[in-house]
Amino acid sequence: MPEDVSALHLILTGDPALLAIVRLSLIVSLSAVILAALIGVPFGALVALTRFPGREGVVVVLNALMGLPPVVVGLLVYLSLSRSGPLGSWGILFTPQAMVIAQTILVAPIIAALTRQTIEDLWAEYRDELTAMNVGPIVRVATLIWDARFSLVTTLLAGFGRAAAEVGAVIIVGGNIDGFTRTMTTAIALETSKGDLPLAIGLGMVLIAIVVAINALAWTARRAGERMAG
Amino acid sequence: MHTRRTLIAIAAIGTLLLAAHPSLAQDKSIIVSSTTSTQDSGLFGHILPLFKSKTGIDVKVLSQGTGQALDTGRRGDADVVFVHAKSAEEKFLTEGFGVKRFPVMYNDFVLIGPKSDPAGIKGSKDVAAALKTIKDKGAPFISRGDKSGTHIAEINLWKIAGIDIAADKGPWYKEIGQGMGAALNTASASNAYVLTDRGTWLSFKNRGDLIVAVEGDKRLFNQYGVMLVNPAKHPTVKKELGQQFIDWLISPEGHKAIADYKINGEQLFYPNAQDPGA
Repeated sequence: MPEDVSALHLILTGDPALLAIVRLSLIVSLSAVILAALIGVPFGALVALTRFPGREGVVVVLNALMGLPPVVVGLLVYLSLSRSGPLGSWGILFTPQAMVIAQTILVAPIIAALTRQTIEDLWAEYRDELTAMNVGPIVRVATLIWDARFSLVTTLLAGFGRAAAEVGAVIIVGGNIDGFTRTMTTAIALETSKGDLPLAIGLGMVLIAIVVAINALAWTARRAGERMAG
Repeated sequence: MHTRRTLIAIAAIGTLLLAAHPSLAQDKSIIVSSTTSTQDSGLFGHILPLFKSKTGIDVKVLSQGTGQALDTGRRGDADVVFVHAKSAEEKFLTEGFGVKRFPVMYNDFVLIGPKSDPAGIKGSKDVAAALKTIKDKGAPFISRGDKSGTHIAEINLWKIAGIDIAADKGPWYKEIGQGMGAALNTASASNAYVLTDRGTWLSFKNRGDLIVAVEGDKRLFNQYGVMLVNPAKHPTVKKELGQQFIDWLISPEGHKAIADYKINGEQLFYPNAQDPGA
């Protein structure tokens, strides 16, 4: 890279390498949030609506897992996917798939824990109605998830924020390979280590702008949806 | 069921997103675990496109410290290791993890320090004497502390200076356990001395008041070697493609590519595959 390359210049000229990095960051983090939602939302709702021995313990663990250190998750996924690890035959270490797996593990507890809280609050409100309707547990879970869909947008955004912002897990399992597994956060870490602080800050601004834009988009969609739903 | 249909749609989109990613389709690629110095200095950015246009092989570089790079090879997660700590490389071979070591090139280390030069070693050509002075005066010194090639070289230099750094270090000696760039950033922020490879120094931008204090001592010589990870230990190693990369690095064409890489007109790496002792 020439010396005079500024982050602003990269953005304004639509630098293909920068766009590829932004694209990969979005693909990895969004895929992770989608997968984590598929696991976390039903699980959280299930915990909210069922009573079983040890439930309190599950809730506490779920809440605690929201604080999983990315670097530890990265290391565990690394050791599992390594050729010398139990899942080595998959051959996906240092690929975007490995990064999605690591981020899914990070994000799923956040989505599950927040979903549980949301659904439980809603359940308190609708308990009598749903009980009177005398429907089975699956319909009950589905109904409440559907009713909570607008609040759950915020839950998904919390998960996305976590995924998009973390560097510890993706840099270990992705390897920060140029043009292949380099994301916004790992690029920032790299530029910092090269002493190119202005470029690192510039990339950081881009990352923040993207996260704000996605939140604005989700907010608009939520408002529009709420209006349509009356 | 609205919810289920939505979820299925989302899952489908997610799968498409992943499948559509172009880099997942590429197959003719190898993973090379290497050191931060080769990557951060920009050498790979210069030579890899030349290699790719000739062979079509995509080289994915993991830029790690030498210790970690060798460990990645040991685990079978890289096809080729390209590092700079001969003793550690020979150990890697003895353990059976590497096939054969090929010397590729050398560059040199420089001892960086603050312009104010509190140890008074500026311009010296004797790195051992300079380190001894730093220790005697308790001038601040930043160590990588990460088992990288540079860290190993630093420990050897202390030994040459007659200092057992593990026992003799004081508050003036700080091990940061991070890469070269981070060590330079730390030295720049705290006006400390630090040992670095010349390539990373030349491409480093956040210098602050740092200057080259000691250079040109033969003991600052830094040899790079390349090895194919042993397919007998890890059958998944792409041995043909990996060997093709090694053969190219030590060929006249690869040597020219390495020698041609310059920052501000200064050559960073000197190819020497033909030197039997390297």
